[in-house]
Amino acid sequence: MSQSLSSIARFSASDLFKGKGQPGGRVAPFVAILLAVTVLASAANLLLPESSPFYVSTYTITLLGKYLSYAMLALAVDVIWGYCGILSLGHGAFFALGGYAMGMYLMRQIGDRGVYGHPELPDFMVFLDWSELPWYWLGMDQFWFAMLMVLAVPGLLAYIFGWLAFRSRVTGVYLSIMTQALTYALLLAFFRNEMGFGGNNGLTDFKDILGFDLQSDTTRVALFAITALMLALTFITSHWIMQSRLGKVVVAIRDGEARARFLGYRTDNFKVWLFVYSAMIAAIAGALYVPQVGIINPGEFSPINSIEIVIWVAVGGRGTLIGAIVGALLVNYAKTRFTAIMPDGWLFALGALFVLVTLFLPKGLVGVYDQLKAHFAQPQSKSDESSTPHQESAKEASV
Amino acid sequence: MSALENLTAEGKELLRRDQVWPFLMPKQQAVDVSHQVILYVEGLNLSFDGFKALNDLNLYINDGELRCLIGANGAGKTTLMDVITGKTQCDSGTVYFGQNHNLLERSEPEIAELGIGRKFQKPTVFEAHTVFDNLELSLKTNKGVMPTLLARLTPTQLDRIDQVLEIIGLKEQRFMLAGALSHGQKQWLEIGMLLVSEPRLLLIDEPVAGMTAQETERTAELLTSLAGEHTVIVVEHDMEFVRSIARTVTVLHQGSVLAEGTMDQVQNNKDVIEVYLGEEA
Ligand SMILES: Nc1ncnc2c1ncn2[C@@H]1O[C@H](COP(=O)(O)OP(=O)(O)O)[C@@H](O)[C@H]1O
Ligand SMILES: [Mg+2]
Repeated sequence: MSQSLSSIARFSASDLFKGKGQPGGRVAPFVAILLAVTVLASAANLLLPESSPFYVSTYTITLLGKYLSYAMLALAVDVIWGYCGILSLGHGAFFALGGYAMGMYLMRQIGDRGVYGHPELPDFMVFLDWSELPWYWLGMDQFWFAMLMVLAVPGLLAYIFGWLAFRSRVTGVYLSIMTQALTYALLLAFFRNEMGFGGNNGLTDFKDILGFDLQSDTTRVALFAITALMLALTFITSHWIMQSRLGKVVVAIRDGEARARFLGYRTDNFKVWLFVYSAMIAAIAGALYVPQVGIINPGEFSPINSIEIVIWVAVGGRGTLIGAIVGALLVNYAKTRFTAIMPDGWLFALGALFVLVTLFLPKGLVGVYDQLKAHFAQPQSKSDESSTPHQESAKEASV
Repeated sequence: MSALENLTAEGKELLRRDQVWPFLMPKQQAVDVSHQVILYVEGLNLSFDGFKALNDLNLYINDGELRCLIGANGAGKTTLMDVITGKTQCDSGTVYFGQNHNLLERSEPEIAELGIGRKFQKPTVFEAHTVFDNLELSLKTNKGVMPTLLARLTPTQLDRIDQVLEIIGLKEQRFMLAGALSHGQKQWLEIGMLLVSEPRLLLIDEPVAGMTAQETERTAELLTSLAGEHTVIVVEHDMEFVRSIARTVTVLHQGSVLAEGTMDQVQNNKDVIEVYLGEEA
């Protein structure tokens, strides 16, 4: 009995103080840093005069908010790819759907302030000579309803897609291709004017959100801060899920799905629900992204976007959550810098980055960090050896 | 159109007042072994592109028995286990677990839930998990998504894991990643995963491959001790090992049963000498 008690103690203790190399051992420090930066940047924008050297421009705040929503999107992909081995090349679709749901709410907030001054119809519908709102636009003027749709529509799509794909045991490359097809099909659909989502131009010219002016500094800072909070929240939730027994089952499915089935786990159910969870995080990210960048158009569905997300995760180090976040922040910062100098070169740079990371840093930046840390902590330690199988199974999962 | 008909038919089925909704039915019905037989395999046929891997195979396993399956490579031993555990669909035949559970209409997880555990020919443990986590995942618990998310180890379960770690001799390695274990240790861990799941019937495919003589001996002891409370079917090539544990041996040949009996009976069987042991001699 005392033995089992001691193992309980040992177990929960190891839960709290995950050492280096334990994925997700950095939740508390990361959340602390994220929130501190958020508070400091917000204060520097709102409280300091523009002449101060520490002033943070509203442009920067919005840029940071955009990066953070990308980080959340990367987190969503890591949950499904890093932990469950499902390489989704269509997560941009869930992001965009969440964005469109938010965009519809913002369009309806414009009211009669549009160019055509119609009390109810968005400009593009007036332009198309439509006389009334399509049924699926009804209710989107209510914030709570729109937020419900942000989660429900991508969640339902993910459920149906996952149910069909995982029930029929589609895996690997075929599944990845199906996810690409999904986002491509949505791209084509949303391009069509008859769909009622603004066609080519998408939804834009937003005025305010919940009555707050979208152009004002305070609204911008608030949106940025909410994005940071949501990122922290989804990060903590995902960490909690991955530490639970469910997380262990998910990794077990990644490394040996047949084995997991013979243990009695209905692996398709686990995959479907994880896929839905992941799609919903992507959707929240999209919904936070749209009011900050001020537009959502079908381009967000383009297959290349979804591939970019995967690269962010690979660069940061998959199956670690924190790696996905760091990867998304760094790669997008690099993208901002790079496109300012060489607008056409970015895709090549991104491709080269992906190849380099795959070849030389299979565990991404987090892996490098862990190795360095282990190296300096105990120069002749054996921790390298014990991490090899981890690495191998991660490699297998990537194939 | 027929889909719609199906749907209405299903709807009507749901409204019937004389029976309980399927999802409210008690799921786990005890295995009926009133005839002392726990596994009935009858007239099993399976061909892969014309090649008959299983050919009118009949096999009855008594409750609590330890049965050895032997046979040359390609005799269909692993394929038989695949059919029993729901991995492979057979062409014809029946497989019953006790008298009341038709295994052919169940999926792998359902069969596992009924209490049939399996150890694969190639050791398959979750390499990215620790030894402890491998055992935790194998515990006999509710394996639904929600219960798994909220699961916490109970003291009884911890005791059970400790106990099994002791049995399989991996106490020292409990927090080691399974991928770092030696081949023999992985075999043992997989046996341990079977043990914590408390199955009624264990299907064990070539357990001593890659084990040292000493490890083999311990495996033999373990399997013998399991019989009685559990029913064990062991596939093995190592004749020395089979002799040391077997009470009843079944010889498979080209997908059907060639002979059955004690080791001595089987070894003196004309057919067996001809096709199997004859080759070795
Ligand atoms: N999925 C499959 N497709 C085609 N042939 C198979 C398949 N699985 C097994 N076989 C064939 O069935 C025969 C029986 O195989 P198996 O049951 O693995 O034999 P063993 O008795 O050595 O375990 C072998 O000849 C094998 O080649
Ligand atoms: Mg075999």
